[in-house]
This record gives sequence, structure tokens and C-alpha cells, in this order.
Amino acid sequence: MSVHTLTAARLPFADLAVPVAPSGPWQESAWLLVAVPLVSAAVLLLAGRRSDRWGHWLGVAASAASFVIGALILVSLLQAPVGERVVEVDLFDWISAGQLTLAAGLRLDPLSLTFVMLVTFVGSLIHVYSVAYMDADVDRRRFFAYLNLFVAAMLLLVLADSFVLLFMGWEGVGLASYLLIGFWNHRTEYAVAAKKAFIANRVGDLGLLIAMMAMFATVGALDFTSVFGAVGSMDTSTATIIGLALLLAACGKSAQFPLQSWLGDAMAGPTPVSALIHAATMVTAGVYLVVRSAPIYEAAPDAQLAVVVVGAITLLFGAIVGCAKDDIKKALAASTMSQIGYMMLAAGLGPVGYAFAIFHLVTHGFFKAGMFLGAGSVMHGMNDQVDMRRFGGLARYMKITWVTFGLGWLAIIGVPPFSGFFSKDKIIEAAFMPVAGAEWRAWLFGSVVLIGAGLTAFYMSRLFFMTFHGEKRWTTAAEGAEQHPHESPRLMTWPMVVLAVGSVALGGLLSIGGVFTTWLEPVVGHTEHADPVLPIPVIMASTLVLVLLGAFLAWRQYAASTVPQVAPAGSALTRAARRDLYQDEVNDAVLVGPGAYLTRSLVYGDRQVVDGAVVGVAHVTVGIAERVRKLQNGYVRSYAATMLAGAVVLLVVVLVTRI
Amino acid sequence: MSYAAPHIGWLQIAPLAIVLGTGLVGVLVEAFVPRRARRTTQLVLVFAALVAALLLIVAQWRDTMASGGVSLFGGSYLLDGPALAIQGTLVVLSILAVAVFADRTSVGQDAFAPAAAAVPGSDYEELARRKGLEQTEVYPLAMFGLGGMLLIVAAGDLLTLFVALEALSMPLYVLTGLARRRRLLSQEASLKYLLLGSFASALLLFGAALLYGFSGSLHLGEIAAATGTIAGLEGLLLGGMTLLLIGLFFKVGAVPFHAWTPDVYVGAPTPVTGFMAATTKIAAFGAMVRVVYVVGPSLQWDLEPMLWTVAILTMVVGTVVALVQTDVKRMLAYSSIAHAGFVLVGVLAFSTEGIASVLFYLVVYGLATIGAFAVVTLVRQTRTGAEGTVILGEATHLAQWAGLGRRSPWLAGALSLFLLSFAGIPLTAGFAGKFTVFTAAADGGAVPLVVVGVIASAAAVFFYVRLIVLMYFTPEREEEGEEGVTVVTSSGFTTVVIAVAAIGTVLLGVLPGPLLELLGQAVKFLP
Repeated sequence: MSVHTLTAARLPFADLAVPVAPSGPWQESAWLLVAVPLVSAAVLLLAGRRSDRWGHWLGVAASAASFVIGALILVSLLQAPVGERVVEVDLFDWISAGQLTLAAGLRLDPLSLTFVMLVTFVGSLIHVYSVAYMDADVDRRRFFAYLNLFVAAMLLLVLADSFVLLFMGWEGVGLASYLLIGFWNHRTEYAVAAKKAFIANRVGDLGLLIAMMAMFATVGALDFTSVFGAVGSMDTSTATIIGLALLLAACGKSAQFPLQSWLGDAMAGPTPVSALIHAATMVTAGVYLVVRSAPIYEAAPDAQLAVVVVGAITLLFGAIVGCAKDDIKKALAASTMSQIGYMMLAAGLGPVGYAFAIFHLVTHGFFKAGMFLGAGSVMHGMNDQVDMRRFGGLARYMKITWVTFGLGWLAIIGVPPFSGFFSKDKIIEAAFMPVAGAEWRAWLFGSVVLIGAGLTAFYMSRLFFMTFHGEKRWTTAAEGAEQHPHESPRLMTWPMVVLAVGSVALGGLLSIGGVFTTWLEPVVGHTEHADPVLPIPVIMASTLVLVLLGAFLAWRQYAASTVPQVAPAGSALTRAARRDLYQDEVNDAVLVGPGAYLTRSLVYGDRQVVDGAVVGVAHVTVGIAERVRKLQNGYVRSYAATMLAGAVVLLVVVLVTRI
Repeated sequence: MSYAAPHIGWLQIAPLAIVLGTGLVGVLVEAFVPRRARRTTQLVLVFAALVAALLLIVAQWRDTMASGGVSLFGGSYLLDGPALAIQGTLVVLSILAVAVFADRTSVGQDAFAPAAAAVPGSDYEELARRKGLEQTEVYPLAMFGLGGMLLIVAAGDLLTLFVALEALSMPLYVLTGLARRRRLLSQEASLKYLLLGSFASALLLFGAALLYGFSGSLHLGEIAAATGTIAGLEGLLLGGMTLLLIGLFFKVGAVPFHAWTPDVYVGAPTPVTGFMAATTKIAAFGAMVRVVYVVGPSLQWDLEPMLWTVAILTMVVGTVVALVQTDVKRMLAYSSIAHAGFVLVGVLAFSTEGIASVLFYLVVYGLATIGAFAVVTLVRQTRTGAEGTVILGEATHLAQWAGLGRRSPWLAGALSLFLLSFAGIPLTAGFAGKFTVFTAAADGGAVPLVVVGVIASAAAVFFYVRLIVLMYFTPEREEEGEEGVTVVTSSGFTTVVIAVAAIGTVLLGVLPGPLLELLGQAVKFLP
């Protein structure tokens, strides 16, 4: 039985489309996708202040150009027969050292193209939004340079045809994220947040490095085709190690438990950054990595289970934290974490979940980016206030923001027929799919995602009602700043409107006839329909009931009754959730403290032992040098004598060693 | 007795002929062209000649690599793969080096004495200065020197080798004495170079005589053939080889024949220092590799102890003494000595990979050297006096470079890049160079040498990075009285040279593959 399931599970990948050579000019020029924003970033950084006047438009144009090229490639791929939708574009021989030969190349397939479209489309909208949002910032040009750098790196990440090139993009987005979180680094806490994000990501990056080393040690190659082709001959423990290392990488980048602590602090970056990088695209790279590495996980059931567990923990973790946060951006960040937990969980479910993980990733990219932009718009109108307890009743003052945010809210909590309903409901169904030999999994993970759906409805409704409804709790002149909320300029509202349209319609459109899952089939494989442990209507109904219940509770507490302007003490759980369930404290106690102690000891050892030795050697060396230097006295006669002596010595050496 | 005219391959000798011919024409230009047009004429001539020579070398590449090369003038001129590759390198680097010669900077003066023949401090010199007299003999001199270098790398017999060595040395002796500022120091350096150079040439000539005594031939191939057949005269053979190599060790600045290097590098006008540090070393290594690989293989066991001694001494002394230098040019001089040691390690691989790695290392080293000395030409001392601030000669004391990174980030950045390349930091060409040289040597069995090389490289990082730290992280010195430091603007030439060298250094560091592959074709010596 177990043998049978294993084959069945691997079956989807047996008939995976074999990569073909590019056809048509657009596929061959796929490198432009990366090159255009990269060159733009370089121009903006090198040209300096001279490009202040037009730099932001160059940034917008570069991002838009990538979108257009991506769209043309997408069309050309759609025209190709299904069997030829995985295209490999060879660029150049990159590294050739010893046994390692590595060609840099791009892989155009439904999965990478999906990401390209998401990144460039949402990215371009956010570029446009940023033109207005960053209007008053003297460093707007630099901001756009970093945004372009991010787009280039992210596209490289998803287009790479090998783990090494993917790693380049991986580090590139990490760098861009670091630069953008710390964009206002004159404020120490923002700089610290940037550093925290960077370091947490480094831990994850180490996972990717370990995975690559393990792959190279066992397979001897790092390109996707070779590695995935060799999975069949890999023993399970190796596959498990690689899978777990990749999961560690994914946890770092996607802020999954236990490496999630950086995401909340990352909200220090300007809001468009939070929307693009820390909601819609970069943080989903971990999900991409897991789905891309699907063949490895198929061969390593334990690693796969670990993915599901991580996803489940994070989804609850984020949801609980989200219920308690009063900072609008941090609440959204917690929600992002939780939603990526959904995707991760789906990606860990195997072939039944891959397509839905990516589907939810796409719809989430739209509605979450839209809501972040909405939050930015609110902050724009409220003098950068982020405390939701000082919002309230904004619906009347910011109509467009209210409507667009509201549509995003309906999408994320999963109200039909908005986007989130289609994607999240599928994940919930997939979680309830029976796993042969482990019935408990379907029940456990199914319940977790159900509870998660209810919690999502509660905290998102809480956020929505606290911000836009109820009575005004704005800061007054007496408190320092009187608020005059106003709608944001058109450059900001238009991107929100477009994203809101996506939040409404995208999920439904892409579900018609399963068009999106069919599109992804060349990459993630085809799955036969199976029945979850509960009938689908029951699952759907209970989801909706929980969602409505969550939303109702939020309405009763935050719209129908008075919200205190200062957070009440709250229960133990609330206090814990406000502090990210003591994540930082745990990290401090478990990692930072011992780490600092270790560092101090090492520094002590370094000073006393290593430096002592080094300094000692250096002193001796300098002593010798000073003596040799004396030989360099400037007299030709002594130079000539040295030469003569040298000649004699060498002759003696030659003649003596001969004997 | 019938006389057969030697075969002359006009195409093969064309680069050499063009360069030497341009030198001759340059002398005539110096004599007959009106003063105002002289410099322009010289520059046009020189660059046209160099570009033409380069094109001719490129044009011959494919045929030469396919056929293995041609032997001309009865085996005296061997244009084979290595010879052509080094000639190409020499011409490219000369284009860069001569461009630095031509730069007059924002001060409006080049680095050369306007009337070099005048006694320093004499009335005549003062008169020449006031009349704005300016001679441009540096260009023909550089061409003659380059001609000698192009010849020496293709020299198939010891007589040609000796003539070529003298032909490349003489112009350098003169060029060394042409500095515009600190003329006495410059002339002293020139004289030292001449005396010690003559001494080394004498040793080389003596070695050639011994080898002739051993084999009855001056031809390298015939000497090599004789090593296996003549018994009982090994003293002549080994003594001759040792003395011959000593002559070449002198030119590359290997320890203990390096003593001239620091004094000459400091005394010579900086553009000349760059030129000679890069090209002379390359040419002499070209000749040395030929001697060692054509005659040497059968003597490998006999010569190795000597060669190892020199290589280790060179790396260690060059690095250690560079640690305590306080003058930029002097530090770079010792660094160039250490680099000669690293190249020797590659030579001692005794394999075709060794040849390719040496060729690659020389390109890399040449680029960074010319770039680094070009940067030095732009950093100047100033003196503020009654008639305002006067820009003087180069500020070569390390302390004067403090804080340069803040005032001229691009210039300091370029120098940092060259220094990192010297140090062999990854992603610069220097790393790729050291890596290939050390790999080849380790494969060839010279592991202890590689260990010493790696330790020396690690120690060398100290003095390279010290300068970078000084430029970027040390606050500028307070202006002491009237002395100051400034960066003059290049008139364009030097900027281009620095940019080309920097781009080359990065490019060869990131993508060393293509050049390595190209040079990998050029590893077969004609006997």
C-alpha cells in the first residue's frame, strides 16, 4: 500500500514537461526582464542628485517595461502547446571550476511567469503609488533605485534555472529589503529593524547554502533539471536533509516560525515597501522555493510534513498576534505572516496543494498589497499616525481608500465571491484531504486552517472597523497635532483601485474551469480528484460560519461599542500577543544571550591568544624588515656586492645540490 | 660556399618593425618638426604605431596558434604562441602606459624634464624653463624600449637575447633620469640603474659564453639538444644557465638582484615607473620562461633548488620589506618584487598550465600596476606661499594619502581596486591570477612554494589594505603650515587609463575564463 502511494505521489512528476529551447524573440530576450530594472537602478544610483528630477519616472518606466516584456513572453508561452511550456534560455557559461560547470540560464515556465506577472504588475502599481507617497522625501530617487534593484533581484530569483542563480536573486532581494527597511536609517530603531531582518534572513540563507552543498555533494550539479532528475536515485535521508535545509531558507525569507520575528519590525520601511516586498512578493519567495523544489519534497515525506507543521504554527501564530496589534502596519504584517502560513501549509501538502499555494499567493499579492497601500493612504491623511486606536470613522473622509480597503478586507476574510474565497477555500479543502496511513493529519491540519479562517475574519474586521468605522478617536490639537484626514492624490488612489479590482475579480476569473491550476500543471503536475474527509459543502459551510462569527465579534467589539484610546491591560494572552508571543524574548534568551556570551569569549580568546600570536609575529617580521631595509642603503657599491654575493650563492647552490 | 638569404617573414616582424621604425621617425620629429606641433605629432605617431602593431598581432593570432609559430632569421626570431601572446600584452599595456606619459593634467605640465640634458639647477635649465622649452624624446625612447621587449620575448638565440636586453634597457636608463621634479634623485636612480644593469648584463653575457663553451651553439634549441649528449661539462652548462638566469632575475627584480628596484621606481618619473614596472617585468619573464622551458626541462632537477630559493626569497623579502615602507611608490616597488616571486612560482610549475597561468598573471599584474602608478601621478603636494597655492610634485608619503577617499572617492576607489587586485582578493583579477598560478604550481608538485606564496599573499594584504584604510577611514591630516595635498585633474588620458585598468581588473576577476582560454592556446614554445 505504502509503495503504491509513493508511486502515485511521484507520478505527477514523471511526465513533467522537459525543458525546450526558446522560440520567438521575446522568450530569447527574457534576460531583459532582469536587465532593464537593474540598469535603471545602476543609473539612478550612479547619476546621483543629477537624476533627482526625473529619476522616479525612470524607475516606473523600468518596472513597467519589465511588465510589458513579461506579458509578451506570457502570451508566447500561452500560444505554445502545453508540452512546450517549460523553456530554458541559456545565457552564458558562468562558473567553471574543477568539476563544477555552471551555466547561467533562465527558466520560463508557468510558475516563473506567474511570479513575473505578479511582481511586475503589482510592482509597477506600487512604483506609481510611490511617486506620490515619497513626494516629499529628498531621497525619492534613491528609493526608486532600491525598488528597481528589488524588482531585478526578485525576477532573477524566480527566473533562475539553477539554485545558484536563484541564490543570487535571493541575496539580492535580501539586500534590497535591508536597504529599504532602513531607508530612513537616521532613526536608530529603523536601522536596527533593517539589521534584524538582514540577520534573521542570513540564518535562512545558511539553509539554502547547506541545501546547495548537499545537492552538489550528491548530484554534482545545481541546475533544476539535473537536481530534480537525480531525486529518484537519492536516498530518503539525503532528500530529507535537503528538504529541511530548503525549509529553513524558506522560513527566513517568508517570516515563518521560528524565523518570523523580523517581519513586524520590517514595517519600519516606507509603506510602499511593506506592500511590495513585505506583503506581495519577497516574503512569498519561500513558498516559491518549496513549490519549485517539489520533486525533492515528494521524495522526502518527513520534510514535507515539517513544511505543513511550520505553516500551521505560523498561520495560528500570525493570526493570534494580529488580533492584538494596534499598529495598523504591524497588524497587517502579522496577517501576512499568517496568510503565508496558509500557503506554506498548502505547499507542504504535496501535489494537491501546490497549485493552491501559488493561487493564494497571487490573490494575496493583490489584496494584501492593496490594503497596505490603503494603510499608507490612511497614514498619509493622518500625519503618519499608525495607532488604530487613534483612527476611527475615517470612512466618510477617505471614500476611495475605504472602498478599496473594504474590498481587500472582504477578499482576505474569504467572503464569496471575492478573490480570497476561491483561493483559501481550496487550501482548506486540500488540508482536509486524507493522507494514507495518517488520518489524524487531515483532521488536525483541517481544523487548524478552519480556526485560522475564523481568526483571520476577526482580526481583519477588527482592523477595518477600528480604522474606518466607530467614533473618531483622532489626536487633538491639545495632544500636539490636530488631524485633518483627506483623500490621497490620484497617483496613490489609482493603484489602490486597480488592486481592489483584482481583489474582487481575480480569484473568480482564474477559477473558471480551473484555468489557473491547469496552467500550472506543467510545473506542479496533475492531480486526480480525491474526496476530503468531510464533504465539501460541510467544509465550505463551516468556514463561512466561522468567518461570519469572527467578523460579527469584531463588529460588536470595535464598531458597535466604544474603543478605548489607550490599550487596556488585557488578558495574559492579549499581552503575550501584543509582544509577538514573546518571540523576541525567546530569541534573546535562547540565541542572542548565549551568542553574545560566546562572542565575548571568542573576542577575549582572539585578543589574548590569536592577536597575541599575530602581533608577536608582526613585531618579529617588522624587526626583520627594518634590518633588511638597512641593506637598502642607497649605495650602488653595496647593491652590486649583494648581487655578486647572490650570484655566488646561487652558483654554489646549483653546483652543490648537484652532488 | 653558397649563401642562402635568410627567410624573412615580413608579416611576423611587422609589429616589431613598426614600433622600432616609429622610434626612429620620432627622433626625426624631435629634430625637424616645429616645436608647437611636436607633441601632437609624436602622440599621433606613437598611438597609430601601437594600434597598428596590435592589429597585426591579432591578425596573426589564429595562424600562429594553429601552426605553432614560425622560425625566422635562421632561428634567431621565434614567433611562437607565447611570444605572440606576450607581444600582444606588451603592446596593449604600452598603449595605456604611454597614454599616462601624455597626460599634462590641470597643471599643464607632463612628468618629464623640459630640458633633460641641462644640469639640474643650472642657468641653462632656468632659461629653458622660462622659454617654455619642451622636449618630447620620451615617446621615441619608449618605442625603442618596447621594441627591445618585443624582440626579447621572441629571441631564439643568446646573442639576440642579449641585444634585445640591451635594447630594452638603454632607453629605460634614460627614461629613468627624465623626471621633471627632484631631478637629482631621478638622475641618481638612472645612474644606479645603468651601473647595476650593466653588471647584470655582464653576468648574463658570461653565462651565454659558458653555454657556448658547453654546446658550441648560441641557439637555445641546440643547447637544449646538447644537454643530453655532452657529458663531463655540466659545470659549464649549469654555471652558464645560472648566470643567464641571473641576468633575467635582475630585470624582473627577483631577490637578491632586486636592490635597484626601490631606488629606481622612486627616482623615475611616475609614468615611467608604471611603464617599466609592467612591461619590463613581462618581457623579462617572457625571455625567462622561454629559457627555462626550452633548455630547462632536462635540467629541471639541477636548477630547481636555485629557482626555488630565488622564488621564496623574492616573495618573502618583497612582502616583508613592503610592510615597513612609508612611501607609496616604494611600497609599490616592493610589492612588484613580491609579485615577481609569485610569477616565479608559476614558472616553476614546469607545465603548460604553468605557462598559461604566468601569461595570465602578467596581464593582470600589468593592468593593476599601470593603473596604480597612474593614480599616483594625480595626487600632488601643494605649497601655499606669497603667490598663492603652487602645485608641486607627487605626494608620495603615505601620511599624505589620509582621507583621500573622502575628497576623491572615484580615484581612491580605483586605487583600492588595484590594491585589492594586488592582494588577490576574490572578484578582482589578482585573485584569478594568483589562483591559476598557485593551482598550476601545486599540480606541478611545487606545494611548499605555494604554501609560502599563500602566506606571503596573506601578509601582503596588510600593507595594501593599510593604504585603503588610510584613504577611507583615517581623517585628513591638518594642513601643516603651507604644505598641502591636492588631486589634480587629468587632461583625459590618465582618467581613461585608470578606467580601462579598473574595468579590466574587475572583468578579469569576474570572468577570467575567456582570457585564460585564449592564453591556454599560447603555451607551445618552438625549440
